[in-house]
Amino acid sequence: MSKTIMTVDDSASVRQMVAFTLKDAGYAVLEAVDGKDALGRLAGAGVDMVITDLNMPNMDGISLIRALREKPEFKFIPIVMLTTESQAEKKMEGKSAGATGWIVKPFKPEQLIAVVKKVLG
Amino acid sequence: MNDRHREAFREEAQELLGELESSLLELEGKPGDVDLVGRVFRAMHTIKGSGAMFGFDDVAAFTHDVETIYDKVRNGELTIDRRLIDLTLSACDEIRRMINHSGESTAADLDRVAGLVKGFREYLQAGGKPDASPPAVAPSAEADAQSVTLRIRFKPLPGLFNTGTNPMLLLNELRDLGTCTVVAQTEQIPPLESMDPESCYTWWDILLTTEQGVNAVRDVFIFVEDDCELKIEPVDSGTAIEVEDSGYKKLGEILAEKGDLAPQALQEVLGRQRKVGELLVDAGLVTPEKVQSALAEQAHVREVRQKRATAESAASIRVPAEKLDSLVNMVGELVTVQSRLSQLANRINDLALLQLSEEVERLIAGLRDDTMSIRMLPIGTTFSRFQRLVRDLSGELGKQIVLETEGAETELDKTVIEKLSDPLVHLIRNCIDHGIETPEKRRAQGKPEQGVIHLAAEHSGANVFIRIADDGAGLNPGAIREKAVERGLISPDAALSDKELFNLIFAPGFSTARTVTSVSGRGVGMDVVKRAIDALQGTVDITSEPNVGTTITLKLPLTLAIIDGLLVRIDDQHFILPLSSIEECIELTRADVERAHGKRLATIRGEIVPYIRLRDEFRMPGKGPDIEQIVTAKLDGHRVGFVVDEVVGGHQTVIKSLGRAYRNVAEVSGATILGDGRVALILDLPKLVQTAERTEKRSVPTGVV
Repeated sequence: MSKTIMTVDDSASVRQMVAFTLKDAGYAVLEAVDGKDALGRLAGAGVDMVITDLNMPNMDGISLIRALREKPEFKFIPIVMLTTESQAEKKMEGKSAGATGWIVKPFKPEQLIAVVKKVLG
Repeated sequence: MNDRHREAFREEAQELLGELESSLLELEGKPGDVDLVGRVFRAMHTIKGSGAMFGFDDVAAFTHDVETIYDKVRNGELTIDRRLIDLTLSACDEIRRMINHSGESTAADLDRVAGLVKGFREYLQAGGKPDASPPAVAPSAEADAQSVTLRIRFKPLPGLFNTGTNPMLLLNELRDLGTCTVVAQTEQIPPLESMDPESCYTWWDILLTTEQGVNAVRDVFIFVEDDCELKIEPVDSGTAIEVEDSGYKKLGEILAEKGDLAPQALQEVLGRQRKVGELLVDAGLVTPEKVQSALAEQAHVREVRQKRATAESAASIRVPAEKLDSLVNMVGELVTVQSRLSQLANRINDLALLQLSEEVERLIAGLRDDTMSIRMLPIGTTFSRFQRLVRDLSGELGKQIVLETEGAETELDKTVIEKLSDPLVHLIRNCIDHGIETPEKRRAQGKPEQGVIHLAAEHSGANVFIRIADDGAGLNPGAIREKAVERGLISPDAALSDKELFNLIFAPGFSTARTVTSVSGRGVGMDVVKRAIDALQGTVDITSEPNVGTTITLKLPLTLAIIDGLLVRIDDQHFILPLSSIEECIELTRADVERAHGKRLATIRGEIVPYIRLRDEFRMPGKGPDIEQIVTAKLDGHRVGFVVDEVVGGHQTVIKSLGRAYRNVAEVSGATILGDGRVALILDLPKLVQTAERTEKRSVPTGVV
């Protein structure tokens, strides 16, 4: 059974690229446009990993991570944040909120897959 | 970059820009609205990030400053004013243009962009330190592919699982880097009742032998650096080799050997002996797992060192050349004796002996091939010498010449390479001195100022071809002819083809250089070259075209000492034809001969093949059998036949030189001793053809060959 990954990003093109890359590599993908949307969609579905942008309206990435970690079914799944170079402090904040790792934008599809393999297998 | 993604981005960017503009216009009226500022910032941020990802680098670079400014506005470090809004709106226009007309920026466009950037920068300077984004960390290229063994202690903090980290995955990543031995340390796991299932109590000692370097190992732990204790130490530098227990035999061994101690008694006592590890654990000094860890390290490193020892000793051995020569000689003698053995076995016709003899033949063929290949070296080392030569010499003569080489990995017998070195140097000097013109002359002819000398080597059949080609002035047949007449090499009215004229430059004392330079032109060079190539049983061929260039092709046999040949018989004389050029043998009946009406031509599968009747060529008495054998060979692209009485079979021969007395008999390249002790002459087929052609020409004016 293939693993399911949720991608959360307010940019449609990024979501599309991430979804495309992951599906190509054999993963199932759910999409959400921001933190609130993500929580809503996750309520019914199970997911094995979350990849989330940080800057989003309604609920940003860090808040989403915190919220996910409070739910037992998402407490231990890998959550990776998408950051930009100039956001070093965000990385720290994300980690203390419970993020597993990060990917720096812009990234190539191979880099995305490498990180997914690293934290999800 | 995937076009669909770019399209998707374009669409999204249009929307974003639209929103951005309306937000900006609103913001102008409500400069303090934090929400609006946030929206503007986020839009810029997204455009920048996505732009970079989908290849719109100009957009990303341009938007960077704008994003920074609005971040500062968000943080209260900057205030919005009319000018900033103007700038930002213009920026939106530019971004729209960059996205829609990617890559088509005109000078005017670039000027505008520069102006905007300047405007934004003023705000940045005013507002405080310019945003210093940390430089992207490029992964350092691991230059060393050297193997290193590391002792890694990975001790996660109990809260590791809270970040969704799976340590098993990290261990698997380490395994992918090389040979890995993992020992889990479980001593800190509390009993079930007091254990918290959400905490990590296990830690790991890992031995890793990898060629990817320490940084690759650190990368594995990049996300968890702060959540664990990580120690990485090299334990084996990568050069140490396991040496067998140095020092003499052990006490027990000596006693047993001397007979003072019965071997079983020794074993029994040793069995009762307790190991250090056990003793330490019992004494409570160390936990069993730590001992296990250390033992694992011992085993791991020992294995790695042993592997390295075998690998290194297998790499290469230096051998004095004389030892090799002596070996080759002996193998040659062995080949001869084996041949006699085969003949004897055939004569006696004993099955067991025949089988044995065949096996010996097979083994010796292998031995011969291996020995021959030991003497083979790539010609590349010789080639590299020439680079320097070309550079220095062309500089001296004020010419611009580049040396290209091809086939440096082509292998030749060691002696051949040594003997080739000087001739090649001379040929190249010739190219540089006489062949390639000065830059001015070349320019005048529409050639590139830089001349090229192309040096190539390749195997073909049992030969090696070495080509020296230049794109210079080419040979001048007229000048050569003049000189040859002057030197009395040819008569003034002799009709010679260009190719024949070219070959004259190999005659001793020949040189067409107007002035004798210090480099060459002394006229001793080319004939020495020819002699050297002849001595190597090779041939030289020249082709040239005026103003286009000259190509000299050397053809050399792969090995001097032993060849595969076809043993043939005429009356009671035996001869060897080198197998490399031979194609087939067919019967030639008296009727076939008569059908050709006196011309020595045979029809083989519709093709007309001229032949040489060796009996006639060698002026041997007698008529020969009614049915003879014609052996066809492909020489220089032409098919020629050689007629003999009988084809006996394949025969490996060691070429023995005939001695000085017979040096001028071109058609015979050597001799060999047959199994029954008789001598067989080894024929040089191309030379035979040449001689036959010349005889034909002289005797039959309209002779067809």
